[in-house]
Amino acid sequence: MWLLCGDIMATPLRIVIAKPGLDGHDRGAKIVARALRDAGHEVIYTGLRRTPEQIVRTVIDEDAQFLGLSSLSGAHAHLFPRVCKLLQEADVGHIIVFGGGIIPAADRPELFEAGIKAIFGPGTSSTQINDFITTAAARNDAGCGAESDWHWGD
Amino acid sequence: MELDKARDGSRLGLSQALTLVENGLPFSTEEEGRVIGITGAPGVGKSCLVDKLAQAYARNGEKVAILAIDPSSPISGGALLGDRLRMESADLEDLVYMRSVATRGETGAVPSVVADMVAVLKECGWKRVIIETVGSGQAEFRIAAVADTIVLVEAPGMGDAIQSEKAGIIELVDIIVVNKSDLAGADATAANIISALSAGSKNIPVKQVSSHTGDGITYLVQAIDEVADSGISRTKWQERLASQWMRKMSHHTNLDSILDELESSQISIQEAILLLEA
Repeated sequence: MWLLCGDIMATPLRIVIAKPGLDGHDRGAKIVARALRDAGHEVIYTGLRRTPEQIVRTVIDEDAQFLGLSSLSGAHAHLFPRVCKLLQEADVGHIIVFGGGIIPAADRPELFEAGIKAIFGPGTSSTQINDFITTAAARNDAGCGAESDWHWGD
Repeated sequence: MELDKARDGSRLGLSQALTLVENGLPFSTEEEGRVIGITGAPGVGKSCLVDKLAQAYARNGEKVAILAIDPSSPISGGALLGDRLRMESADLEDLVYMRSVATRGETGAVPSVVADMVAVLKECGWKRVIIETVGSGQAEFRIAAVADTIVLVEAPGMGDAIQSEKAGIIELVDIIVVNKSDLAGADATAANIISALSAGSKNIPVKQVSSHTGDGITYLVQAIDEVADSGISRTKWQERLASQWMRKMSHHTNLDSILDELESSQISIQEAILLLEA
């Protein structure tokens, strides 16, 4: 057991999974949280109906490297950029933000522009999300405040 | 550097300093503080109770930090940290700092780094710290290694949990809370506990509280302070000593080679102990 300890303690990534806004559909968020846990990360789930301000505070208190936002109510166009803006204002533009839920293709360019680095819709496999996490963690321009137009997929 | 920022009151600095310590950087402090450990079986309402306690301290203008511990998966090393679900106050108040901690491959309900994380919090002006344990397993009593006051939470309808816990944690417990006092059966549960305790020599206060309605929280806050004023017991010192001893072993530079030699029968356990002490 003690031998294992060293490996595990290396650096598990800390990832906050948050549900901004008023929709109560949390199955997707919970499945993603579980998949990330099974990939060896420490996942902090916020629960439903959090404001962008609460989410930013959670990310800072937990010293997370990643933030996943889930929205199925259509409010993503307002809420996702707002969270990115608040993160940048709080001096934590290094945090990598990804989104999921029902996000029409037409809305995505604006979200990427705002600092979201990946958007995962229905049918996404957990392998895809884990590949994104691994790739983004290795880049130095994946933060939501980075001057870069890199994002996952096309 | 993170610590300097944290001392100046930066939340981000504090979070980053806590990460460094959680990842293995040792830290200790001379600063005093009051550390409350909340323990009890899963489902008795520990997280909700911690949330209500934090709200009560914040209402009095007191800063309070929460370390909520959840288990890591022994297979993947990952963890799902869900205590924030039930801690709304943590997201509302500047006076409340909340951090989720995974056990990371340690078997205890309170990983040994928690003591150092508490030291960071005290150093940065967070004098009141609440630790919520995993809530299951045989090593709940490890909380005694860090907490000045230990609160054991019970709830009606959960069976007579106290019987099984008598031998372990009960010697170290300072206050027993019967949570969910708004539910039927709370009086009976409290009466059962009081009668079970009457057989022992230690006088442990039993408080009925409802984290749902907030009933009894004020009395609990008072009781916690009264207990803290009475100092730390001998059994707690013993736990602290054991925990530090364990930590010294798991961080020993030659641990790997000693285990190798044990595995290949080159040395005995007694010889291994001598090597560890050297």
